[in-house]
Amino acid sequence: MLEIKNLHASINGKEILKGISLTVKDGEVHAVMGLNGAGKSTLSNVIVGHPSYEVTQGTITWNDKDLLSLKPEERAHEGIFLSFQQPVEIPGVSMVNFMRAALNAKRKYQGLEPMPAGDFLKLMREKRSIVELDSKLANRSVNEGFSGGEKKRNEIFQMAMLEPTLTILDETDSGLDVDALRVVAEGFNKLRRPESSAIVITHYQRLLDYLKPDVVHVLIDGRIVKTGGPELAVEIENRGFDWIKEEAGL
Amino acid sequence: MSAAKQYIDFYGEVRDVIARRSCAEVNAQREAAFETFSAKGFPSQKVERYRYAKVDADFSPNYGIALTPLDGPLPPYCFHIADAEPRARVLYNKVADATDSIVALNTMLCVDTLVVHVPRGIRVEHPIQISNILKGEQDTMVSRRILVVMDEMAEADIIITDRAASQSRFMTNQVIEVVMKDDSHLNLYEVEETHLLCTRYSSVFVQQGRNSHLHHTSLTLFNGHTRNRLDVLLQGEGSEVTANGCIIADKMQRVDNNTLIDHQAPSCQSNELYKYVLDDNAVGAFAGKVLVRKGAQKTVSQETNANLCATSSARMYTQPMLEIYADDVKCSHGSTVGQMDEAALFYMRQRGIDEQEARLLLKAAFITEVIETIPLESLRDRLHILVDKRLRGELSKCEGCKLC
Repeated sequence: MLEIKNLHASINGKEILKGISLTVKDGEVHAVMGLNGAGKSTLSNVIVGHPSYEVTQGTITWNDKDLLSLKPEERAHEGIFLSFQQPVEIPGVSMVNFMRAALNAKRKYQGLEPMPAGDFLKLMREKRSIVELDSKLANRSVNEGFSGGEKKRNEIFQMAMLEPTLTILDETDSGLDVDALRVVAEGFNKLRRPESSAIVITHYQRLLDYLKPDVVHVLIDGRIVKTGGPELAVEIENRGFDWIKEEAGL
Repeated sequence: MSAAKQYIDFYGEVRDVIARRSCAEVNAQREAAFETFSAKGFPSQKVERYRYAKVDADFSPNYGIALTPLDGPLPPYCFHIADAEPRARVLYNKVADATDSIVALNTMLCVDTLVVHVPRGIRVEHPIQISNILKGEQDTMVSRRILVVMDEMAEADIIITDRAASQSRFMTNQVIEVVMKDDSHLNLYEVEETHLLCTRYSSVFVQQGRNSHLHHTSLTLFNGHTRNRLDVLLQGEGSEVTANGCIIADKMQRVDNNTLIDHQAPSCQSNELYKYVLDDNAVGAFAGKVLVRKGAQKTVSQETNANLCATSSARMYTQPMLEIYADDVKCSHGSTVGQMDEAALFYMRQRGIDEQEARLLLKAAFITEVIETIPLESLRDRLHILVDKRLRGELSKCEGCKLC
């Protein structure tokens, strides 16, 4: 279970998150919607421990552990995965070496031996097929020369390899055509286990049609101003955010 | 002149001993070299090609000067100069820049010369490996000299490794002369894996005939202070050179590469790629000049120096230079100095790779491009491992070396 209480965070001295409280129980999918600049990406970056953001107030606990005291890599080992809005290209580091390093780091954290090379490659093949990721891409440098859609599929592929228990999808739908969106969303659904939970950050209803959130939050100016069921996302798709702003007196 | 004086005085005392241990071709060059060195002393930083070197300081320690001939069994096609064919012997000191005082110091003190002579049309199957092992309890300077003669259509790989087997202070002043006749192919690799108390001055001079191909790779994996000079004269039409460098330095290490590619004939190609990874307080320098002479039409030349400074205290000086006196050429040159990619570091950490490992992967990825260009597959594979170990701080100096 993820529990965020009264979270305040800033970047370069500018406060972006102004008191967020949010609880995601095991097995739940939460959607976070909101306009550009509302703080959605800041929220996801703070959860995974991006060093550019400073938490000035509040707490985040994850399965009763103080998440804010853990390094980014330790949070990853604890099962938290961020699908980046803009996946980073790393020329010269092959996907195979990258994934092997990541997987074995997690195994080491869990007190396990590194995975034998044969098993690892077999696992790569198996997981690749879930997101229909070309084997050629898997042999290239991380994200280098990948199209927008391939980068997002590669994020879900990595998720498949690392089997997180909390996945944050940060605008995974941006830059995707409808077919790619379907592949990514279906891949995500196939990988979900009953106990795993997710936070889905998006502007649009389309991705949520696939992912079926249990709870929808609206984030405006660093605060959650409205929370509802999946019908809230539909209403936002039809009416926009203005009515929520008015309701909240903003 | 302070540091130079000890070498001048020393030579005065031992000139007869050196001459007795040497052969006629080597002795014939000695007095002129002595004159040059006495007149010029060590070059200051005002001398263009020594701008980034601290020559006087590097040569000032009170080294014992080794005057011993070559030791150990010689690989195939390798000879003591006295045993080499006369037509190879006469090329001694004909390619090197005799006006350079570092070269002159070598010519003045060198006792023996290793001649690698590959005759016409011979393709040497196995790489010729020349291991230089610095050993001894006393601080020592060695004057090493190699002459490579590739006859017409000859082909060879030569690997020259520098290692140190004891923790004394060592100075190597090396001169390598390479004569490549028409249609010859040479892959020349230099790998330095010494220690922090080692200083290396290396001057490599190459003359290339028609349609000859040289692939030169200079790898500095571990060192103290290193200054490498490479001069390639493309004298024959259609000749090609690839000159690459892979440098990893940290702590207080210093690596300076100074190159000249001299396009004297038409339709020649040159490719240069030097990459540095600098950490801690390391200092790197690269000054590379590509000179395209009048008449060297249809020259194709590319020069790149890319550098990664992993800390804010690491320093890189870079100076790519292009001088063109012909009008039908395709030339480019450039350099970059960058820092660690913070976005990539965070991306890796989010996937669970710890910061140190992530940094290491980025450094290795940066330098891999140079290793990948190495034509000799077995060496390439070995260097990937060595680079990884080096970046992990696990490089054992003598690993893989059969001699000690």
